[in-house]
Amino acid sequence: MLKEIICAGFGGQGIITTGILISHCAFETGNQFTWYPSYGAEMRGGTANCTIKISDEEIASPLAKEIDILVAMSAPAIDKFEANLRPGGYLFVNSSLVTDRKYRDDINVVEVNTTALAEEAKNPKGANIVMIGALIKRTGIMTFEGCSDAIEKYFTEHGKAKFNDANQAALKIGYERF
Amino acid sequence: MAERAIMKGNEALAEAALRAGCRFFSGYPITPQTEVLEYLSWRMYEVRGHMIQTEDELTGLHMLLGASLGGNRVLSTSSGPGFALFHEGMSYLCGCEIPAVLVDVQRLGAACGGIGVSQGDYEEVVHGGGNGDSQCIVLTPASVQEEVDLVQEAYDLAEKYRNPVIVMTDAIIGQMMEGVTLPDFKEHDINKYDWVYRPLKTNEMGKINAGWPGRSWTEQAKHLREKFASMQQNEQRWENVQVSDADVVCVAYGISSRVCKEAVKKARAKGVKLGLIRLVTAWPFPEKAFAEISKECKGILVVEMSIKGQTVPDVKLATKCGLSVYGYFSVDIVPDADIVVEIAEDIIAGTAQEV
Amino acid sequence: MAAKTFNIPTLMQGLPPHTACQGCGHGIAGRIIYEVIEEMGMSSNCVAFHDLACGANMLFAQKGNGFSGAHGRAIPTATGFKRTRPDMLVFSYAGDGATYSIGMQHTIHTALRNENITAIVVNNTNFGMTGGQMSPATLIGQKTTSSPKGRTAELNGNPIDITEVYSGMKIAYLARGSVDSVANINKTKAYIRKAFEKQMAGCGFSFVEIMAPCPTNWGMTALGSIKRMQDEVLKLYPVGEYIDGGAK
Repeated sequence: MLKEIICAGFGGQGIITTGILISHCAFETGNQFTWYPSYGAEMRGGTANCTIKISDEEIASPLAKEIDILVAMSAPAIDKFEANLRPGGYLFVNSSLVTDRKYRDDINVVEVNTTALAEEAKNPKGANIVMIGALIKRTGIMTFEGCSDAIEKYFTEHGKAKFNDANQAALKIGYERF
Repeated sequence: MAERAIMKGNEALAEAALRAGCRFFSGYPITPQTEVLEYLSWRMYEVRGHMIQTEDELTGLHMLLGASLGGNRVLSTSSGPGFALFHEGMSYLCGCEIPAVLVDVQRLGAACGGIGVSQGDYEEVVHGGGNGDSQCIVLTPASVQEEVDLVQEAYDLAEKYRNPVIVMTDAIIGQMMEGVTLPDFKEHDINKYDWVYRPLKTNEMGKINAGWPGRSWTEQAKHLREKFASMQQNEQRWENVQVSDADVVCVAYGISSRVCKEAVKKARAKGVKLGLIRLVTAWPFPEKAFAEISKECKGILVVEMSIKGQTVPDVKLATKCGLSVYGYFSVDIVPDADIVVEIAEDIIAGTAQEV
Repeated sequence: MAAKTFNIPTLMQGLPPHTACQGCGHGIAGRIIYEVIEEMGMSSNCVAFHDLACGANMLFAQKGNGFSGAHGRAIPTATGFKRTRPDMLVFSYAGDGATYSIGMQHTIHTALRNENITAIVVNNTNFGMTGGQMSPATLIGQKTTSSPKGRTAELNGNPIDITEVYSGMKIAYLARGSVDSVANINKTKAYIRKAFEKQMAGCGFSFVEIMAPCPTNWGMTALGSIKRMQDEVLKLYPVGEYIDGGAK
């Protein structure tokens, strides 16, 4: 089953890494995936974004017209991509930054207070991982265990194993609260 | 042991070149190719090779020519406007018969154009590889895995024919990440080939190679014609998807071919008999792939992200102008599988315009 | 005093005469380069990267390894080769057109990288093979087929002096020789030797410019062109060592 995801936010919010982490989760749980970034001049201005497609079959284009899941870390990200969501799709909103906003009524909006939850998990830099926890819980597209292993492996391979416990705590809190 | 990894197309290509034994890179940054150069700027030293960020692209080509003359496996990569500066070196690599692997990560438009995705370099790379009867082999990967596989193969082909081989990819294949299986490291012996310059043995004459043949042009022409004919006979590569019973056959390469594969699935699901010939070599053009097309086929649909539809003349030649050819040329937007199916339906209904 | 015997370097023996014009400086330049190579015991362990045109004249006058690539690209081609085979003696051989005009970016950036190769430039102040057009090194007032009334600063810009361009650069060696006299030929040979020795010691980029006559395109006799060198050319481009750097 093909799932099409866009992660978007301000440059510097770790959007690209969030997409890469989701890709690693997909890879380690035995799926095919593609990850495609916005690149070049776009990275320095407004919205940074990347598109992830996950499937158990060969994936055609890595770009998405319509999406199943939008991870929006900022208000402009919602402005830009909310309309692309399929009816019944999921919009994960970073409610630490975005509040008092009206959304389409044919989609599932999940407001995640990433900053507060990350601090509660004693991992103030773990907002994106909190978001991934919420995402896998509500959409059920991948298992918690698979993603937990994938994220640990990713940070270990990138020389950041000392943050493994904090990152696991962030994933867990995101998963458990939604 | 084969290693599984998640990599960007550009980085996978760079790593694959190292694993094929490449130990020399010289080139210049340009979006959307730059990850190759950045990756090699640290990775090349881990494998004790040389990576030189040159003053411009044409320097990169002449530098790698020297390195290849010394027996090294060499690489340079660029995109659109930078690739234009490769042509002088490409002509020398062809004329002096020196192997090399070059990469064009295509970007958008003529002039500076844009950094976005497009497939507008086909004619330049496939038919315009340098002055004076130059001809490069051109490979067109459609996935990160194929970037890895074809780069490996490119080195073998380059040495088999003593000819440059170009991997023509695009901004999406270069920028996207997928899971890949990386091959093991191969050692390349710089003394493997007789033509390589090296210290002379006692009383051995030195090697002389120059930008003009050391024999008559009649002999040179005969040699090159035979070489090019051998490439055309033996090195055509393609992937056919449900072609034999197809009413409409897409022809595409790179990112467009991925979309066409999806379109074939969608079309078949609603009873439209669509097939796909995916180019894996753009030169030699895989004429043999067209033999599978049935007599009932209503037409060919060329899907390409370009303005002119640059593959069309080669398709017409491959079919000896025996089939109607239609086009879907989306320039800067990745083709849409649904539109591919719609055009196929129009072709079957007889309402589509030929190109 | 014992008689001194001059032998043709082994790599230049038994070959047909070179194809340079009578009175050209390339013959002398090639000869002293291969004398040095033989004296250093590097005859079987060297590669010459020639430019095109007159810069390729000496390619077939020797039996060692030689390659002639694109116009202006001898220096980068030599660079790629040297990186692959660092134990071999690698030098480029080109004219002033190649080195200061079409290949000027390499002349600068190879010095900035301090590449461990030797560049030899035979400067005859014009484009020889194409029939004597103005080059960046053409003197003010010098008549060429593309500055028929003589070069002027207003119309054509000023001549290039490589010793000024390289001034202050961290390269291993920079010298300017000349083939106008026996004394200068001997000096030049010593410069080439020093340049090659620095390369083999891994000191970095060495550059020897050799001033040479071009009687054919200057419209002079061989002797007349030597006189012009001494009266005009060497006054603007004096012989000497300009940079003598230490270990890399």
